[in-house]
Amino acid sequence: MEYFLQQLINGLTLGSIYGLIAIGYTMVYGIIGMINFAHGDIFMIGAFVSLIVFLIVIGLGVTWIPLVLLIVLLVAMLVTSAYGWTVERLAYRPLRGSFRLAPLITAIGMSIFLQNYVQIAQGARVKSLPPVITGGYTLMEVDGFTVQISNIQIIIMIVTVVLMAIFAYIIARTPLGRAQRATEQDAVMASLLGINVDRTISLTFVIGAALASVAGLMFVLYYGVIDFYIGFIAGIKAFTAAVLGGIGSLPGAMLGGLIIGLIETFWSAYFSIEYKDVAAFSILAIVLIFLPSGLLGKPSVEKV
Amino acid sequence: MSETTRAGAAAPSPVRNPVVEALKEALMAGLLAATLASFILGVKTVDAPGGLQLEYRWHWVLIAFGVVAVGRFLLRLLWWRRDAALPGAAAAIGRSAGQLAQPLGKFAGPALLAAAFLLPFMPFIGRYEMDIAILVLTYVLLGWGLNVVVGYAGLLDLGYVAFYAVGAYAYALLATHFGLGFWTVLPLAGILAAIWGMILGFPVLRLRGDYLAIVTLAFGEIIRVVLLNWQEVTGGPDGISGIPRPTFFGLEFKRFGENTFHQFFGIEFSPMHRLYFLYFIILVLALITYMVTNRLRRLPVGRAWEAMREDEIACRSLGINPTNTKLTAFAIGAFFGGLGGSFFATRQGFISPESFTFIESAIILAIVVLGGLGSQIGVAIAAIVMIGGFEVFRGLEEYRMLLFGLLMVVIMVWRPRGLVSHRMPTIFLGKERKAVSAEMVGEGSG
Repeated sequence: MEYFLQQLINGLTLGSIYGLIAIGYTMVYGIIGMINFAHGDIFMIGAFVSLIVFLIVIGLGVTWIPLVLLIVLLVAMLVTSAYGWTVERLAYRPLRGSFRLAPLITAIGMSIFLQNYVQIAQGARVKSLPPVITGGYTLMEVDGFTVQISNIQIIIMIVTVVLMAIFAYIIARTPLGRAQRATEQDAVMASLLGINVDRTISLTFVIGAALASVAGLMFVLYYGVIDFYIGFIAGIKAFTAAVLGGIGSLPGAMLGGLIIGLIETFWSAYFSIEYKDVAAFSILAIVLIFLPSGLLGKPSVEKV
Repeated sequence: MSETTRAGAAAPSPVRNPVVEALKEALMAGLLAATLASFILGVKTVDAPGGLQLEYRWHWVLIAFGVVAVGRFLLRLLWWRRDAALPGAAAAIGRSAGQLAQPLGKFAGPALLAAAFLLPFMPFIGRYEMDIAILVLTYVLLGWGLNVVVGYAGLLDLGYVAFYAVGAYAYALLATHFGLGFWTVLPLAGILAAIWGMILGFPVLRLRGDYLAIVTLAFGEIIRVVLLNWQEVTGGPDGISGIPRPTFFGLEFKRFGENTFHQFFGIEFSPMHRLYFLYFIILVLALITYMVTNRLRRLPVGRAWEAMREDEIACRSLGINPTNTKLTAFAIGAFFGGLGGSFFATRQGFISPESFTFIESAIILAIVVLGGLGSQIGVAIAAIVMIGGFEVFRGLEEYRMLLFGLLMVVIMVWRPRGLVSHRMPTIFLGKERKAVSAEMVGEGSG
C-alpha cells in the first residue's frame, strides 16, 4: 500500500509534465488539424534554455532560489515561444491550405533540424544539474517504508494546476480564447467575421511553446539530466496522451497525460522497466479500439 | 509579371518608403534571430570538474542577428516587392513546372530504368558508389511499398519501419537458426510482415486518419522495444550477426570455398561481384514492387483504395467494405516492407534495433510525400535526391542531419504536392487522356 502510494505520487508528477506538453499538441491539432511533430523538440529547447539561464543567473550571484526560478521561467518562456512562433512561421504557415500530409512532413523535418541544431550547439553529451530544490515531507511511515513527497514534486503539481487554471480561463473568457475557438470551428468564417486567423494560430503555437518550456524547466529540476534527444520520447508520450484523452480536448490532454504517467510509473514499479513504453502504447491502442475518439474527445460525425 | 504592374499595384500607399519598411522588417527579423540564438548558440554548456561550466560565445548571437537582418533586408528590397504577388507567382512557377514534367514523365521512366541497368558497368562506379546505389534502391522499394498505404489508400502510416524490422529479423532468425537460404526466406519474410500488418491493422483500421498515425507510430516503437529487450531471441542491443549472404543458384560469393561463383564461371575473384549481384537483386525486387503495385492500382481493389482515399462515405454506400479494402492495402504495403527488410539483413550481414528507429519511418514517408503521393516515378526521384544527397554530404558529418531536416522543410514548402504532382488516372471517360493535377486529388483523411 505504501509502495503504491509512493508510485502514485511519482506517477502524478510525471503525468503533470506529460500533460503540459500534451496541451501544445492538442491545441495545435484542434485549431489546424495537424500533428506538430516538432513540439517535443520545442520542449527539449525549453529544457536547455532553462538549464543555461539557470546557470547564468546563479553565476551572476543571485542565490535566492525562488527569484532565480522566476527569472529562469520567464526567460525560458520568452525564448521558447520565439522558437514556437518561428517554426510555425517558416514551416507551417506557407503550407496552410495545402493538403494534410505536407505540414506533417515539414514538422518531421523541423524536428530533425532542431534536434541536430541543439546537438551541434550544445554537444551530444548528457547535461546534468545537481538537485536545486531539496527536501520534502514524509507522509507515512509503516514498517520502515516511508511514503515521501518531495518539494519539487509539490511544486510541479501546483504549477501544473495553476497553469491549467490560467489556461482554461484564457480559452473560456478572453477574446483570444474566443478567437481560437472560432478558428477551430471554421477558419474561413472566423476570418470573415474579422478574426485575424494567422495571428490566432501563431498565438496558439506561442502558448503551446510557453507551456512546453515550463514542462522543460520542471523536467530539468525533477530529473536533473537532459540531452538533445529527450524531446522525441517525451513528444511521443505527450502526443499519445493527447490522443488518449481525445485530441482537441484540453481536459482530455491533461487526463491523458496523467494516465500515461501513471501507467508508466506503475508498470516500471510492478512489472518491468524495459517494457513501460510498450504498456503505455498498448493501453492507447486498447482505448482507441473501444473509444475511437479518445476518452474525452467528441465523436466526429461526418456529414455528406 | 512586369515591373510596371508591380509598381502600379504598390501605388495606393505612396507614403511608405520601401527602404524604411524593409529596414524595420530587417530589424524585427534580426531581433527574433538574436532571441533564438541567445541561449542555445550564444552559450555553450561544458562539462567540467564540479559541474557544468558555461562558455560564452556571444559573437554567434551577433552573427545570427547580422545574417538574418541583412538577408531579410535584401530579400525584402529586391525580391519580395509585394507580399501578395509571392504566392501567386510561386503557384504559377509550380504549375509551369508541372506542365513541363508531364511530357518529361513519358521519358523519365524508361530513361531511369535504362540508367539503373547500365549503372554498374559505368567506369566511374566503384565500391562506394555501388553501396550508395544499393541503398537508394532499397529506399525506392520501401517507398513504393509505403506508397500503396499512404499514396493509394490514403492511410497515414508512421510505423512502416516495423514491417521492415519484421522482414529483417525473420530472415536473420530463420537463416541463423534453421539454415534457410535467402531465396526461401524472402517470400516468407514478406508474408510474415503482411500477417503482422493484418494483425495490427484489424483492430485499428476503423480509426480516423490521425489516430491511425499514432497507433502505427506506437506499433513501430513497440516492435523496436521488444527487439531491444527480448535478449534470448533477438540478441537485444547486440543484434544478430553472421547473417548468411545470398547465393546465386547455390553459388557463393567467397574467395575460398567449394561452390563459389568465380570458380564455377572460371573468372578471377573480385569482391565487386557480390555487390553487382546484390545490386541486381534489389533492382529486380524494386521492379517487381513497381509492377505489382502498378497493376494492383488498376484492379478493382486498387480502384477501391483510391476511391476510399477520396471519399469513404461514398464508398460505403456503394457497397465497398472499408475494413477489407484498407486491410489489403496495409498488408500489401507491409509485404514489400518485409521484402526490403530481408534484403537489408542479407546485405548488411548484421542487424540490430538501431537500424529500425522512427527516423527510418520518417525518411520513407518523406520520400513518398516529397515524390508526390501516389506517383511512382516521383517516389524514385525523391529517393535518389534524399538518400543520394544524404550520402553525398557525408563529409559534413554532424551537419548532415541538420541539412537533411532543412531539406525536407524546404522541398515541402517549395512544392507541397511533391516533385511530380501530375499523374495519369487509371481509367478514362471517352477518348481524351489527360493527366490530373495532384491538387485535384483528395486529402485521404482516412
